Amino acid sequence: MTTTLATASKPRSHLVADAWTLMRYDLVGWKRNPSIIVFAFIQPIMFVLLFRYVFGGAIATHVPGGYVDYLVPGIIGQSAAFASFGTAIALARESQKGIIDRYRSMPTARSAVLVGRLGADLLRLTLTVILVLAVSYLVGFTFINGALPAVLMLLLGIIFGLVVCCVSAFIGLALRDEESVGSFGLIWLFPLTFVSSAFVPVSSMPGWLQVFAKNQPVTIVIDEMRSLAIGGPLVLHGWESAVWLLGIFVVFVPLAVRAYRRA
Amino acid sequence: MPSQDLAVEVCNITKSFGAVNALSGIDMEVPKGTILGLLGPNGAGKTTAVRILTTLLKPDSGTARIEGIDLVRSPERVREVIGLTGQAMAIRDELTGKENLMMVGRLFHLPKKTLAARADELLERFGLTDAAQRAAKTYSGGMRRRLDLAASLISRPKVLFLDEPTTGLDPRSRIGMWEVIKELVAGGTSVLLTTQYLEEADELADGIVVIDRGTVIALGTSSELKDRVGGNVIEFFVPDSEARERAALAVAHLGTHLPTLDSTNNNVTLRVGSAGSKALVEAVRALDAADITVEELGLRRPSLDDVFLSLTGHEAKPDSEALKEGQL
Ligand SMILES: Nc1ncnc2c1ncn2[C@@H]1O[C@H](COP(=O)(O)OP(=O)(O)OP(=O)(O)O)[C@@H](O)[C@H]1O
Ligand SMILES: [Mg+2]
Repeated sequence: MTTTLATASKPRSHLVADAWTLMRYDLVGWKRNPSIIVFAFIQPIMFVLLFRYVFGGAIATHVPGGYVDYLVPGIIGQSAAFASFGTAIALARESQKGIIDRYRSMPTARSAVLVGRLGADLLRLTLTVILVLAVSYLVGFTFINGALPAVLMLLLGIIFGLVVCCVSAFIGLALRDEESVGSFGLIWLFPLTFVSSAFVPVSSMPGWLQVFAKNQPVTIVIDEMRSLAIGGPLVLHGWESAVWLLGIFVVFVPLAVRAYRRA
Repeated sequence: MPSQDLAVEVCNITKSFGAVNALSGIDMEVPKGTILGLLGPNGAGKTTAVRILTTLLKPDSGTARIEGIDLVRSPERVREVIGLTGQAMAIRDELTGKENLMMVGRLFHLPKKTLAARADELLERFGLTDAAQRAAKTYSGGMRRRLDLAASLISRPKVLFLDEPTTGLDPRSRIGMWEVIKELVAGGTSVLLTTQYLEEADELADGIVVIDRGTVIALGTSSELKDRVGGNVIEFFVPDSEARERAALAVAHLGTHLPTLDSTNNNVTLRVGSAGSKALVEAVRALDAADITVEELGLRRPSLDDVFLSLTGHEAKPDSEALKEGQL
């Protein structure tokens, strides 16, 4: 009994070191092949430009700074969510190639693979969000609510992205197949991000769709980000966002861990 | 054999996936410093056995000890002493050969100071020094296999599990891999390897366990298994399939069992027991009488292929029961 306890607690002490090792070698891989990262930035920038200049003129918003100010919090949220595709792909690939089997047959801390993966993806996601914000400034976006709310908005966007990464981690580990993840890994995010307040006001949608759009987490988080960026009700959406994000986190992290153990 | 001399001791392990009984109670032993070959056709349960013994899957029932450590109770201690080279090649393509080894070493918590030297030593030994700084995605199949094996050796495991280590390799790389595995065992490592190649088990394994549909159907050394098939085998080749069937029919009465026809090799094999050269002469007469010309007619000792066929082939089913009793 005492021996099992002693050995059982041992792997935990390696968690930080092992997660850091895994994260560091991800970064080494990106450094060697920067195109992976560059491609990750192209799509969100394209979205900013498309919505700003192609759809923007046709979308009526009642926001002081015009559509670009309405759009940017939505684009940042959407970019953060879509960045989680990389999480699912990487985990599915490692699972399929037996890399996760190898990790699991070693005295490596059990959750290090997930923590390391999420650590690297958090970094990539943060870079994406900052880049999207920079491009948004170039096309006319401004924070009008002050510096602290601006920082909080970015932070919320990043946390939102991280929570979506946890869902994607589960998807990648459960599907265990790079091709399936390639076709499914992003699809579920389309209705969630587009049937939300990210790009157009929910009030412009048909009534039946509004019921979904108004009450789903992407709208709630993005509304809060928008309030932080350009003003609006803060407290209610703030609480709702916190509850949703925590809820998704609490459900999907154990699911991902379980899928990892079965991978 | 006393437990302290065993690297792997498996006792009545079962595992099912839903309705599929992948393993229905297997036993096996790997004495320290030896190679056990786990042989079986597709779907026999080889990978499932390896995954259980490397702590990736929990058995439904049964026990196993690796280097005396209870697999089910202390998987985390088992992980300290084993190495795994799985059926898929567990290599990160975007990292170089050396980085792959370094990463695995770090995850094994090997001391930083000695790790780089250990990685270089393995790269050297596996002929990868020149490619060490190149991304692994540029490696050939053989190089990837070697890197994969090197990664599982970085921690100097006492027991190494190899799941089809030479599948997909050309003959030269395969022989290279065999050399490496022999060297390891000479250095004291115990190995459990799965294979579908009888030749490989023949070449490498001290002991062989044949499994089919999740049960052990035979075990022993390769020569013991061949002895069990018993006596000699007449083999000849007939390219034309219709003539091959007629030829088999013509000689069938000489065999102790029905002849086996293989349409990929174009050959007919017939087990003739102790009849030896007499049976060969009779076979020549019978084929001549039937007016069939055959190629490479000969008498030989049974190969592991014959063993395998007689154990897993349908026509040999009653006999495989007999073999099972014989071994008990
Ligand atoms: N995760 C799983 N879920 C369902 N069935 C499984 C799973 N893993 C293995 N099986 C089934 O268990 C049986 C044994 O499979 P296993 O992979 O162990 O065979 P194998 O001897 O390694 O075959 P191969 O030579 O093709 O690698 C097969 O019928 C297989 O379909
Ligand atoms: Mg297999």
